Amino acid sequence: MRLDIAKKALALGLGLALLAGCGGGAEQSADGPVELSFWAWAPDIDKVVDKWNAAHPETKVVFSKQAQGDDLVTKLLTSAKGGNPPDLAQVEFQALPTLVSNDVLADISEGAASAKDKFAPGIWDQVTLGGSGVYAVPQDSGPMMFYYRADLFEQYGLKVPTTWDEYAQTARDLRAKAPDKFLGTFSSNDPGWFAGLAQQAGASWWGVDGDTWKVSVDDAATKKVAQYWSGLVAEGAVDKSPMYTPEWNKALNDGTQIGWLSAVWAPGVLKGNAESTQGKWAMAPMPQWDAAKPRTGNWGGSTTAVTAGSKKQKAATEFALWLNTDPAAVEALVKECGIYPAATSAQEALSQPPAFFPNQPDFYTLAAKIAATSSGFTWGPNVNVTYTAYKNAMAEAISAGGDLVPTLAKMQGATVDDMKANGFTVGG
Amino acid sequence: MRTRLGGFPTFVLLLGAAYCLFPVAWVLIAATKSTGELFSTTTLSVGSSLVANLGELDSYRDGVFWRWMANSALYAGVGALLSAALSGVTGYALAKYSFRGRALIFNALIAGVLVPAVVLAIPQYLLMSKIGLTDTYLSVLVPSVVSPYGIYLARIYAAASVPEDVIEAARTDGAGEARILGSIALPMMVPGLVTVFLFQFVSIWNNFMLPYIMLGDDGKFPVTLGLYTMLKQGNTTPALYTLVVTGSLVSVLPLIALFLTLQRYWRIDLLSGAVKA
Repeated sequence: MRLDIAKKALALGLGLALLAGCGGGAEQSADGPVELSFWAWAPDIDKVVDKWNAAHPETKVVFSKQAQGDDLVTKLLTSAKGGNPPDLAQVEFQALPTLVSNDVLADISEGAASAKDKFAPGIWDQVTLGGSGVYAVPQDSGPMMFYYRADLFEQYGLKVPTTWDEYAQTARDLRAKAPDKFLGTFSSNDPGWFAGLAQQAGASWWGVDGDTWKVSVDDAATKKVAQYWSGLVAEGAVDKSPMYTPEWNKALNDGTQIGWLSAVWAPGVLKGNAESTQGKWAMAPMPQWDAAKPRTGNWGGSTTAVTAGSKKQKAATEFALWLNTDPAAVEALVKECGIYPAATSAQEALSQPPAFFPNQPDFYTLAAKIAATSSGFTWGPNVNVTYTAYKNAMAEAISAGGDLVPTLAKMQGATVDDMKANGFTVGG
Repeated sequence: MRTRLGGFPTFVLLLGAAYCLFPVAWVLIAATKSTGELFSTTTLSVGSSLVANLGELDSYRDGVFWRWMANSALYAGVGALLSAALSGVTGYALAKYSFRGRALIFNALIAGVLVPAVVLAIPQYLLMSKIGLTDTYLSVLVPSVVSPYGIYLARIYAAASVPEDVIEAARTDGAGEARILGSIALPMMVPGLVTVFLFQFVSIWNNFMLPYIMLGDDGKFPVTLGLYTMLKQGNTTPALYTLVVTGSLVSVLPLIALFLTLQRYWRIDLLSGAVKA
């Protein structure tokens, strides 16, 4: 049976009309204010954006909350490929090279280079990628610190470890005194955490010389860290379950985990996951490899970047600068979003300890001192690949008995292979 | 003998039911716990802050959760309705008209059933961005309307439930093809179309990848995506576990309600099948 052509056309037209009826994006009028779209995940950052909008009626920032993580990097890559990325995005330090090498981010050195002095050199280097361009404005940083349950340390007669040898001994002592408790855990699920520990030991995973990359995820410093944790995991001195799981949250709550090697933002996490332990924690510098030369690594930390696809890069750069260097804006970031600001002056201005640490009034004074010992680090263009290799291989190594060192060769192999496959020149 | 044998299958089914329902019970119980209770009390002990959790969810970022729910309802409701309509008409045409290329179209559809929708999300995004539709309601709705599985189901259903004789009789009485479709075939296909509608509704409601790639503006997010932004706030901030758990509970309620209201159409379906067999 043949269908009438006219009827077919009618059906098609009806369908299209129906669909068109649901559409209708708001077209921006030509002489209205400039609108900037901004993707970020920091909680309550919209309140800081509101402050900008109130003071700058000519440039309206439209905030859109996104989920943090590797998926957001994928989403930015896809949207840039499709030709309609947001004007601004919150980007973690380790994702910057990935996005820059895919031409997602704009070089904003013209407007932002002058902000250099407002940040510690180690932080600023991470947004320039060691070159003359500027690809983002640092927002927050995550110098690593050691957190411990002061009340339980006292109860078991433990001393706060200042070196890694002491940390291992403390972990063993605790196991002897309270067999159901742990000083910490080795998490196969948190490559960022491990990268921070490696940074502290002086690791350098990526380096770039002209167009040639040098990759050394399995360098001596990283091997030293892996060796150290292999020993602790094998003898059962520390726990080996991953962090950020409900089980781990429970362990923080009930005091099964009495310590956490974390970063400056830990109070917020502890408050959310183990509210009942308020005031029982204390913070100290990381255990050291060389007590005479204290160092720390960074875990987490992010920036505000302007996309190459944005047609309003100048206005977007102004906003990125304002958000991360204007005293009032940074103060709001600290207060509303609970971040640890990357801007040095703002770090010094923090006088009140986090609400979760009323027992440690000099929290931020100490934190600023620790932050000053951060080691610099160059990230590569495929950190996500290295991190995925870490998660897979570490989980395997742990269930196989705990020798973590061979994992590094796997991470190195995966990283180099992926870079070569993507056309990077990797030197020996 | 027969009744004794009956005990074992029942036991297996009960086991299966418990396996399926336990996670639901977990969500129900977990939604009553405060953040502190969630990680410190035993799994099955009921907490005391369901109302507080709902209140907090309601006030989270000025009630954006309800906006996400409304968005989900729009995507799933309109999408599934259009999809059922399209599937019904297409399935009927494929089942009852013989025209050149019919087998080809049908085979292409079968192939389409086998391709997971997730794989298509990025190509669809790039296509949508060519015509400037990304980050609009349409960008999620349009791909959801076409469901190879729905068309396949409708074709099978039309072939089985609309007898050739009835169509011929209508033609003899002088009814046009459109009239036959609208007044005779489609009403006979209702149970099948309800099935397509429910399948599509659930799959759009639960869809994650497509809206994740298409949408940038969190005001257009469906509830799946919204909950994800609450869960993934980065290492530096704790996930809003209680709100996510409570939100998940609230977000499955419409699905449960839909199944309860539409299941009587399925009963008709089963009966009609039984009579024919």
